[in-house]
Amino acid sequence: MDLFLTQLLNGLVYSVLLFLVSAGLALIFGLLGIVNLAHGSFFMLGGFVALSVTAATGSFWLAMLLAPIPVMAVAGLIEVVFLRRLYARSQLDQVLLTFGLSFILTDVTETIWGKGLSSLQEPQGLREGVSILGNVFPAYRLALLAFGFICAFAIWLVLERTRAGSMVRAGVDDARTAMGIGLNVPALRTATFAIGGGLAALAGVVAGPLLGVFSGIDVEVLIPAFIVVAIGGLGSLRGALIGSLVIGFADTLGKAYIPGVSMFLIYFAMIGILLVRPYGLFGQDPAGG
Amino acid sequence: MTSMILPPKQPAARRFVFVAMVLACVVLSPLAVLSGYGLDVITEIMIFAIVAVSLNLILGYGGMVSFGHAAFFGLGAYATVLISTRYDVSPWLGLAGGVGTATAAAIVIGAFCVRLGGVGFFMMSLAFAQLLNSGAIKWRPLTGGSDGVGGLLRPELFGFDLSDAGPMYLFTAAGLVGVLLFMRMVIASPFGHAMVGTRESSLRMDAIGYQTRRIRLAAFAVSGAIAGLGGALYAFYNGFVSPDALSFGMSGMILLMVILGGKGSLLGPVLGAGLFLSVKNIVSTHTSHWLLIVGCIFVACVMVCPDGILGFGKRLFRSGERR
Repeated sequence: MDLFLTQLLNGLVYSVLLFLVSAGLALIFGLLGIVNLAHGSFFMLGGFVALSVTAATGSFWLAMLLAPIPVMAVAGLIEVVFLRRLYARSQLDQVLLTFGLSFILTDVTETIWGKGLSSLQEPQGLREGVSILGNVFPAYRLALLAFGFICAFAIWLVLERTRAGSMVRAGVDDARTAMGIGLNVPALRTATFAIGGGLAALAGVVAGPLLGVFSGIDVEVLIPAFIVVAIGGLGSLRGALIGSLVIGFADTLGKAYIPGVSMFLIYFAMIGILLVRPYGLFGQDPAGG
Repeated sequence: MTSMILPPKQPAARRFVFVAMVLACVVLSPLAVLSGYGLDVITEIMIFAIVAVSLNLILGYGGMVSFGHAAFFGLGAYATVLISTRYDVSPWLGLAGGVGTATAAAIVIGAFCVRLGGVGFFMMSLAFAQLLNSGAIKWRPLTGGSDGVGGLLRPELFGFDLSDAGPMYLFTAAGLVGVLLFMRMVIASPFGHAMVGTRESSLRMDAIGYQTRRIRLAAFAVSGAIAGLGGALYAFYNGFVSPDALSFGMSGMILLMVILGGKGSLLGPVLGAGLFLSVKNIVSTHTSHWLLIVGCIFVACVMVCPDGILGFGKRLFRSGERR
């Protein structure tokens, strides 16, 4: 029972990380129509910047606060300089561009920080276990869980209950009409890309103590995040949430109980769901039919 | 677009002799000029040209953006090495097995992928390639895990030992020329036109009565088979294959070669493969920032010449004519 509870917790924690990455990915696809292959790079960059911040200040909290900022700047710059010129072009061009950018970001990261596997230290006070109903859980994972729920709630609140959020939703539903009634969709796109990148970076920071910070984690995170949005439906935030839970649990429980096939489980899940619902659980057919 | 697909009308026999002579000169001249290493470099380029040409069939003509083409390249390479070394049979049987395995996989994977359009296709092809990549890493007893498998010795052909650079070069060149001739035939055939029609408007083709899903699947299978041939030749060339051959990065490289040269034209991918691997060979001897260079090629290609070098050249040529 104890082991099972631990696995459940691990599954939830992995789901939280996936959600932070895939929420941005889904929003970016929804508003910008872009499959962002550089999204894993934002995650990786967040982790590396956090390493530098903790090395300089010794504070994990400060790293959480500061690390997303330069990543958001980089993401915003990418949108303004490159992506903005590509909205009228085919999806292939956008995919290739972000793929190329991910190479450049990897090289830049390796030049600044090196390749090495380094691990972020959990913040002081969250390094011990917490005993609940006779079971001991690692405090950091519990805190991460709480943090994930707060983030998900905050994202929901901003999107559903604020003016900026309703503008983003309008842009996702119909960018042309949104522009027609005077919404500044280009600025919304820049902001969405930057904030999506920032969320991925934040995920990279909080994942640091669990997964480590190294070059190559970008692809390791990108692929499951893609599977999450494919399952949930491209452009759907609710889909990203459900998809994160499906993949988070499938992967964690698979590794614990059926290690032989666990590596394939998430792919099988995706293929199975896409066979039944080709546009994902909450996705809509772009052709409208 | 159509002008690229329809062969220009010229007296057939004269044209054939001319093309054959040019081809013979192009293929034979490196043998006279280059040493073993130089021939090896060109052999590798031609192998990847075959793979790029195969992707171009579904990407350029079929309009299917696959991010998992490494699956068929890698499967072809793995099957060739494994059949030849584990079962101790002739590498020729391995080559046939490699192409066969890739074709079978393309039919199965294609059946899933062609149901989806656009981004769905992209995601599905990526997922299958990653699945195979995971399989190659995980199934250690068969594949040697992340270390890969090797030990394939190149066989003899008509008394020539393919372990020498010259015969291997000629054999690969014959493969590339064969693939190009076949591709030219496919593209000019009614099937090729139906494929382009499906790319332009799947809905209309459906309405006229074409089985668009079947057309797409057939194109996918042919493409997978040719990529498998590329993989099998790579296994011959390298004697060794690792999960890298099935990786995300490999799929991206193949895609870049097609885009760089120019998708939707017969020779564009060949040009793209040549240029990409030449730059790679030159750059990687001078700097460790190879990734940065590849990334910049990607970005420059998309921003400056999305139609590839061939398209860029054509545009230059045309704008020159107008003045």
